[in-house]
Amino acid sequence: MTVTISKDQAIKFYETMCTIRCFEESVKRDFLNGDIPGFVHLYIGEEAIGTGICAALRTTDYIESTHRGHGHCIAKGADINKMMAEVFGKRDGLCKGKGGSMHIADFSVGMLGANGVVGGGYNLATGAALANKTILKNDKVSVVFFGDGASNRGTFHEAANVAAVWKLPVIFVNEMNCWASTTPYRTTTSVEDISDRAIGYGMPRVIVDGQNVFEVYDAACDAVERARRGEGPTFIEAKTYRIEGHFVGDPEKYRKKEETLQIFNDTDPLKLFKDQCPDGIDFTQEELDMILTIARAKVQAAKEFAVSCDYPDESEFYKDVYVD
Amino acid sequence: MRKISFSEATREAMAEEMEKYPEVFVMGEDIARQGGIFGQFKGLPDEFPGRVIDTPISETFIVGGGVGAALAGTRPVVDMHFADFIGVAMDEVFNQMAKVRYMFGGQAKIPLVLRAPDGLAGGGAAQHSQSVESWFIHIPGIQVVAPSNPYDAKMVLKAAIESDDPVLYFENKVLYKEYAEVPEKEDEVPYQIGKARIEREGKDITIVSYSIGMKNARAAADRLLNDGIQAEIIDLITLSPWDKETVISSVKKTHRLCLVSECVKQGGALAEVAATVAEEALEYLDAPILRYGAPFTPIPFAPTLEKLYRVYPDDLVKGIKGVFQGTI
Repeated sequence: MTVTISKDQAIKFYETMCTIRCFEESVKRDFLNGDIPGFVHLYIGEEAIGTGICAALRTTDYIESTHRGHGHCIAKGADINKMMAEVFGKRDGLCKGKGGSMHIADFSVGMLGANGVVGGGYNLATGAALANKTILKNDKVSVVFFGDGASNRGTFHEAANVAAVWKLPVIFVNEMNCWASTTPYRTTTSVEDISDRAIGYGMPRVIVDGQNVFEVYDAACDAVERARRGEGPTFIEAKTYRIEGHFVGDPEKYRKKEETLQIFNDTDPLKLFKDQCPDGIDFTQEELDMILTIARAKVQAAKEFAVSCDYPDESEFYKDVYVD
Repeated sequence: MRKISFSEATREAMAEEMEKYPEVFVMGEDIARQGGIFGQFKGLPDEFPGRVIDTPISETFIVGGGVGAALAGTRPVVDMHFADFIGVAMDEVFNQMAKVRYMFGGQAKIPLVLRAPDGLAGGGAAQHSQSVESWFIHIPGIQVVAPSNPYDAKMVLKAAIESDDPVLYFENKVLYKEYAEVPEKEDEVPYQIGKARIEREGKDITIVSYSIGMKNARAAADRLLNDGIQAEIIDLITLSPWDKETVISSVKKTHRLCLVSECVKQGGALAEVAATVAEEALEYLDAPILRYGAPFTPIPFAPTLEKLYRVYPDDLVKGIKGVFQGTI
């Protein structure tokens, strides 16, 4: 660790990770019960990445998220009641029920949106970075989250090249979770470490343990500082694993359930947190259990809020197509 | 009144908007050092240092980056070099630019203009000559404009830059070089996106067109006067959302409709006009709707073949006279 962490920060990390975990478990249950329309893609097991990255950002910094984006949204500070209402398609949701899980956004906290198109976020984040650096002349930083699967999109190349050549304040955060939907990365991806690709753009890269929130936060702080200093983009590859199916309800015939459960058991960032705490920061199990209990209660309240909200009125249908 | 070219008119619009709004900037391929292939950006980099940006050949970034820059609070203008290249950035246009406002429940504004030089330019062939506007009128969330003369070119571009919604601005390559009267800035009348203009009044037939198609409309209307046929010409200017009221009220007056554009006739931008008139004003029509556009082929290179791709005033004159056969 190069960055010093206080116990309060560590508490916050654990709280955020617990909130994401409980949120996802709640969404999974309600989706399987048929109470949530559409598709949902869960972030269980990957909580340390969104949490560590967003902890290094200001509210005014931007993130571009993915279809697996609940964790990013929570970590960036979105209101979980409104988030849950959005996932349920309710009018009090962040997007008034028009986006749903795959298209969730909260501009008030710099969360510029999940993207239903894999690899759709790179150019948006990079364009925002260009605007901030060149035209608006502020020190805001943009982050784009993407998986190993998305790293095979051509949009990655265009954005990475521009970000590097113009030294834009954008951070490419690769959640290397080993699966592109049903396809294992080794069958489709030419490199073992996705961040090898950053080398081709002259972009610094760092590989971190995506199950260790402190390690992720440390790398994020470095990258954010570099970006604010005007030194350009950084590629952070966070090694993780997609514990859930591609979507809730995925029969997962392409892999062995026992193997996935074993990986989860060995790498669950919530379980590992206590031992990962830097020297001088200690938690009792009771403290951690209490944080988890509170998170669960908040998520339960969010779910009850979402259920209590109405669906959007039909009068909303034509609104927001255009400003005028 | 002074006469300036279409190209110069767009340059003036850019300069005036960049002067007025510090958050307007423009990016695209070969626009700063070269000034644009058609000279449409000449001089702007000196007037507005750092705000005219030469990009790599990266259309997904040019459009997607423009969307991101708009999300950050700027008013970007992005240039596609040739309209044919929009296909490279189609996801950025129809899944990002057009959707972010609606799917995020109105949290986002996308004041973005995508400029796209289009049309036949003599030998551009299959990938440098197309008119692709009809693809975009099928997409809610974006506006599509295609001016036909220098004055409109200027006023429509200014309106596009000031719009808080994304606009696809199609500018015809042949029209760039055409000169016409453009008032001084203090005498300009702002353009409102979505409004058509009756360019010439007439009582016998309504001719609807836009962009370079207007040259066919005007030439045909001139010649029809010799036969005693007074055509009303409507310049649609905005293709989406298009000015249904102006067209339908004209059809109710003339009882005949002729549509002409340079884009492929099948599924062309004016097919929507034909369908709407058939739906809503069929009983006012005294004759079938006439529709002129390009044949259903890629654009060939050889001059002997390219000429078969074009619509000519003769085609309209012949068709329209046919409609009146025996009645005048």
